[in-house]
Amino acid sequence: MKELVVETDGLTKRYGERLAVDRVSMTVERGEVYGFLGPNGAGKTTTLRMMLGLIRPTAGSASVLGRPAGRPEVTARIGALIEGPGFYPYLNGRDNLRTMARYQGLPNAEVDRVLEMVDLADRAKDAFKGYSLGMKQRLGVACAMLGSPDLLVLDEPTNGLDPAGMADMRALVVALAEAGQTVILSSHILAEVQEICDRVGVINQGRLLRESTVAELRGAATLRIRATPEDTALAVLMRMAGDEGVRRVGNESLEVDLPASAAPEVVRQLVSRSVDVHQVTVAERSLEDAFFEMTGTTSTEQELVS
Amino acid sequence: MTAFLNSTRAELLRLRRWSAIWVIIGAGQALTLSFGYVFNYVAYKTGDDNFAEDGATSAQLLAELMPSAIPDVIISGLPMFGGALAMVVGALVAGNGFGWGTWKTVFTQGPSRVAAVGGSLAAVTVLVFAMMSATLVLCTGVSVAIAATEGQTIAMPVLSDLAASFGAGFLVLEMWALLGFLVGVLAKGPALAVGLGLVWSLVVENLLRGVGGLLSGVESVTDALPGTAGGSLAGAIVGGPNGTPGVLDAISGERALLTVAAYVLVAGGAALVVMRRRDLA
Repeated sequence: MKELVVETDGLTKRYGERLAVDRVSMTVERGEVYGFLGPNGAGKTTTLRMMLGLIRPTAGSASVLGRPAGRPEVTARIGALIEGPGFYPYLNGRDNLRTMARYQGLPNAEVDRVLEMVDLADRAKDAFKGYSLGMKQRLGVACAMLGSPDLLVLDEPTNGLDPAGMADMRALVVALAEAGQTVILSSHILAEVQEICDRVGVINQGRLLRESTVAELRGAATLRIRATPEDTALAVLMRMAGDEGVRRVGNESLEVDLPASAAPEVVRQLVSRSVDVHQVTVAERSLEDAFFEMTGTTSTEQELVS
Repeated sequence: MTAFLNSTRAELLRLRRWSAIWVIIGAGQALTLSFGYVFNYVAYKTGDDNFAEDGATSAQLLAELMPSAIPDVIISGLPMFGGALAMVVGALVAGNGFGWGTWKTVFTQGPSRVAAVGGSLAAVTVLVFAMMSATLVLCTGVSVAIAATEGQTIAMPVLSDLAASFGAGFLVLEMWALLGFLVGVLAKGPALAVGLGLVWSLVVENLLRGVGGLLSGVESVTDALPGTAGGSLAGAIVGGPNGTPGVLDAISGERALLTVAAYVLVAGGAALVVMRRRDLA
């Protein structure tokens, strides 16, 4: 039994008529990078705010590190960057962090440590208001890491970053995870979650649709085959994978629910029935496909980037 | 207690590096210098009648510039501009935290909300004390310089008078600062808080007091308002209205002191209660 860092039970937040978060029950285990995935407005940030005690749930409860969320002794052990970095614009980066370090009763040396970690030490003397969006986000992450918290909550940390900034941020999270840091990372970017998260909670319209590992969510790999004549190919493949295991994709490709290791046997069978095999590829289902399947939407309807 | 002290230290660090705070404190000093000394001294030297000192004799003017008059000078300006400036400080300290998202960041650092907001209130109190101390130092320096220049003997005020004036002035500023803090918390931003606060303290109360002269029902309300209380407390120190706008004798000094102290406690307490319960979305 793994130690649970976060456990929510029927967490609900209602604003007037609108249910922002609807009975979310999720768990985060120690040492994992938990991806909190959903389109903009799905309820990710609201859920995280309740976890940090910034807002009160309408119903349900959240417990963090074994205690009710929002207690000062719990909040002291969480580092968070929620919905963009909130700092004093007139102070420089270092003084902003020193202010927050004083709130925690930490020495100034701790500020220098986290500034190094996010690669901001040489710009620490510049005023926060002059920072680029990427630098502001990095300062926010540095602030979250003050005092080496047990749990790091990063709400869309790559929002507004350029591709290089995104890559740096991901590398930082991966490095933290390798050091055993428990991280909750919310994102609407599926590729990001797929790349760095161990487990994923998918949320849409306030509801937690599914919680599982990335691999489980994506499901097994499939084979894509282009072969003529198609009728014969279809018959052969259906015999191997079952009637439900074969789908037509696009104009002339067939998708078969068989693992990559079955490719030689599939080709052998097709050839033995005089079918011309033009192309065989192993197609891995992306998280995006899984996500759209779950939410029942298409990418044009959702603000999702793969 | 540790969390409260940590929060106070943190808040003081970020406030003393905030140029807006120094501009406001500087403006307060400049106004005290102008209305307390410069205009009166120019009037004394040129023999013209000063606008605020209609018909005052030369000797009276000079007496008001001497070190012995420091207790009157440091408090006379507080009901008008001192209070307004303190209110702006309070509104800026509390209100900006919402737009900048810094309350959110602070509340995820560990100290309880009561400790964090209490630390902010304590830091504002330290600022108010610094404002008052700066005024005292300025007035002492300027009045001693004038006395020396004019060849007068330098007679310092009685310490108890000075302490009473300093304490009363501190309370009046603290009241306005914490009211500004509370309005900043309620308005969730500095702009509305500063605007409404200034219109209230500079315009509305004066208008109400004008109406109160005609209707006794209104008067009982205006007697309980912060401007009346602060002005009357200053009036009690200087010995009645001395021609400075805002210095009043509407209520007794004792009642004024109690009213001001009550506003300090209620404003600070209300800010704590509101922030403790509030959703920071």
